[in-house]
Amino acid sequence: MSAAPLELPRWADTALVPLVSVAAALLVAGLVVLGIGENPLEATALLLRGALGSAEGIGFTLYYATNFIFTGLAVAVAFHAGLFNIGGEGQATVAGICAALACGALSAMPGFLSVAGFLAAPLAILAAAAGGAAYAFIPGWLQAKRGSHVVITTIMLNFVAATLIVYLLREVIGKIGSMQPETADFPAQAVLTPMHQLLAPFGIKLPSTPLNSAFLLALMALVAVWLLIWRTRLGYAIRTVGANPRAAAYAGISPAAVTMIAMAISGALAGGLAVNEALGVQHRLVLDFTAGYGFVGIAVALMGRGHPVGVGLAALLFGVLYQGGAELSFDKPAITRDMVVVIGGVLILFAGALDGLFRRLVATALGRGAAG
Amino acid sequence: MPSPPAIELVGISKRFGAVAANRDVSLAVAAGSIHGIVGENGAGKSTLMSILYGFYEADAGEIRIAGEPRRIRSPADAIAAGIGMVHQHFMLVETLSVVDNVVLGAEGGASLKGGLAKARAELARLSREYGLAIDPDATVGDLSVGLQQRVEILKALYRGAQILILDEPTAVLTPAEADQLFALLRALKAQGKTVILITHKLREVMDATDTVSVMRRGEMVAGFRTAETSPPALAEAMVGRRVLLRVEKPPRERGAAVLEAVGLSCRDARGTETLRDVSLTLHAGEIVGIAGVAGNGQSELLEVLAGLVQPTRGVIRLGGQILAAADRHPARLRERGLMHIPEDRHRSGLVTAFSAAENAILGYQGDPAFRAGPFLSPSQIEAHALTAFAAYDVRPPDPALKTAKFSGGNQQKIVLAREIERHPKVLLVGQPTRGVDIGAIEFIHRRLIELRDAGVAILLVSVELEEVMALSDRIIALCGGRITGERAAEAADERDLGLLMAGVTDEAA
Repeated sequence: MSAAPLELPRWADTALVPLVSVAAALLVAGLVVLGIGENPLEATALLLRGALGSAEGIGFTLYYATNFIFTGLAVAVAFHAGLFNIGGEGQATVAGICAALACGALSAMPGFLSVAGFLAAPLAILAAAAGGAAYAFIPGWLQAKRGSHVVITTIMLNFVAATLIVYLLREVIGKIGSMQPETADFPAQAVLTPMHQLLAPFGIKLPSTPLNSAFLLALMALVAVWLLIWRTRLGYAIRTVGANPRAAAYAGISPAAVTMIAMAISGALAGGLAVNEALGVQHRLVLDFTAGYGFVGIAVALMGRGHPVGVGLAALLFGVLYQGGAELSFDKPAITRDMVVVIGGVLILFAGALDGLFRRLVATALGRGAAG
Repeated sequence: MPSPPAIELVGISKRFGAVAANRDVSLAVAAGSIHGIVGENGAGKSTLMSILYGFYEADAGEIRIAGEPRRIRSPADAIAAGIGMVHQHFMLVETLSVVDNVVLGAEGGASLKGGLAKARAELARLSREYGLAIDPDATVGDLSVGLQQRVEILKALYRGAQILILDEPTAVLTPAEADQLFALLRALKAQGKTVILITHKLREVMDATDTVSVMRRGEMVAGFRTAETSPPALAEAMVGRRVLLRVEKPPRERGAAVLEAVGLSCRDARGTETLRDVSLTLHAGEIVGIAGVAGNGQSELLEVLAGLVQPTRGVIRLGGQILAAADRHPARLRERGLMHIPEDRHRSGLVTAFSAAENAILGYQGDPAFRAGPFLSPSQIEAHALTAFAAYDVRPPDPALKTAKFSGGNQQKIVLAREIERHPKVLLVGQPTRGVDIGAIEFIHRRLIELRDAGVAILLVSVELEEVMALSDRIIALCGGRITGERAAEAADERDLGLLMAGVTDEAA
């Protein structure tokens, strides 16, 4: 009795629908730009030139994309287990706190740093991942054992983390004598290498940008998540629980255990945001370093259909939008940063929420082609 | 001049994408008759009825009601044309009373008062006319399934239905309730109503209908006067070849006891006792069938034995050893040779979003045979699926195809292949042929008998009493979670089992 399900060919599902969504979003955004009396074509050109037109622009774009890859993957992994992790912000915050604590501890051990300094950065990264994982494990546990919905608990824990970091920076780990809510600089051995320094020995000269080796970590995370989800037993279990928890129980897979593990992995990935921002760029912990990247990760995962390739491309798109948007608002004072946020919002709306609309349109268009 | 048919469909065609669900289907049903439509799953019966009831619009063709061409574009149009439908899954609000459900959607104005009073009077009249005793103030959720179905029928009649479509109406009924339903249908017919009965049970068609048409692959392939046809002829028309309806079952000596359950009791999440003190023994090389109306503890019995639900009391012995709580886990039980074909393949037996190959390892995903180093090996998983699908004639034999795209019969074969090829000692089987076409039923039954002959102990749960009787060596009846009796298959008859299923125990009789 049900309507025929919307089955699209793979290429249409993975490429055509997102492209149609993005095109529609750009069209609407163009109308908004037109509405404030600017030329949308010129604005688009400025945006693209700002994001991709120079080595510096590309550096910034990839730096933003790094954040989106981590938070997008975090949402995607939880999504495969049927969980909607809205807590990327909070998990990244706690990851940043843990990284700062690790760096603080390392600073107190100059002897260790002088002997095994090469271990400092990996340890700080591990601390960040562990912090994010632990903080995401809490809602996972609550969901698995108490039935508290992760959407609610992760949102609430975002607030807890946001308050916690204020308290800690103000009262416990803040830089002594500073009026800013920030830690002292991390030890030099613990921070990540900027990309322009990393590539300089190979004769590649890049301008100085925030892009750092966390970008390489993000690329590795894309591959690792792909392997995890599609090539491991755990990934099989995660997908089974996400698609049909009863079938999982039938197969001897514990949905409760998988829920907790998937949330922990998701939180660890969200911790990558802290790695890029705190260990990679700021070299200290500052307030509000998460800056909403955790939330944009939801849009990135939706647009990327939870697949690492899609997440990578969507992260790049949002990177372009962030960097190009900054340039655009600089060149065109009428187009403020808020306007760029509007464009991002339209994109999220079309790619995420209105996805079904375009699926139907595409299905109808293709169906007509096949029948005729 | 004879009066025009109550319903006439002329040249109905409907495509979904590349699939032609109905191809040039024509059908005429005389007023005041009971007409059966039979066909395998996916033959297009449901699509045709959905077109008639306005869920879909046909791409081509015409619908005539009492000779008048009508456009039916929504269920509201269908109701206006005097067509009523009783769905397989009832469309009732369980928390509301009978009379509330009957007026739902036909309240007759913003205020309920007048509508309810009218409905009450009308219900009383309908009940008198057709002998449908039912309390208008009873809460629907408290009624038995048979009575809920009556509410559905009353709902349709209240809306002035002259033509009543029933979709697999007996799937949820006891034999006695089914008999009552057919008596009611005959009473409706005597009042001049027209009934269309969609079913896959050939016996019902033979018992209840005046005429019958057969659909296959979207086309109307045959039409008979019921009195002039026979079940084998109908089955042949449905499948397109000769089928063996009877199960050939050689006698076999049963072996040692393999699975023993003693005093099993179980409660559901709400605290209702679903199993009460159930004890049974399965021997090697026998099929024990569980007869019972859906919802009387069969599902829970399977789940407890399969380790999916923990019993509140009782002991289970597998191969002579008492199972500790830690062993009553699906994965542990599989290792010990207890396999389970679940009742509902969509709900628990398969992940329909997965490829067929991925489903062919569900439950065995930890088997090192499917791994290459630390990772799952897609090529080995696919090779495994290809072998299994060839042995079980899964069509299409494409391991990469999404499982949702297979027909019900082929999905069931994927589950069957997965569990049987692991050489079970004990096989728990729930509804092996639900939603499976006749050709596949024959295949599945043959496989189960082969397994029994090979010495496997099989517990069979099925809502199809005929299936239980055809396959089992012993039959145990369950009612309200309690065993109400046991019969050797040779000594069992339907009436006797029907009484046991309704809770009339041997002691009481």
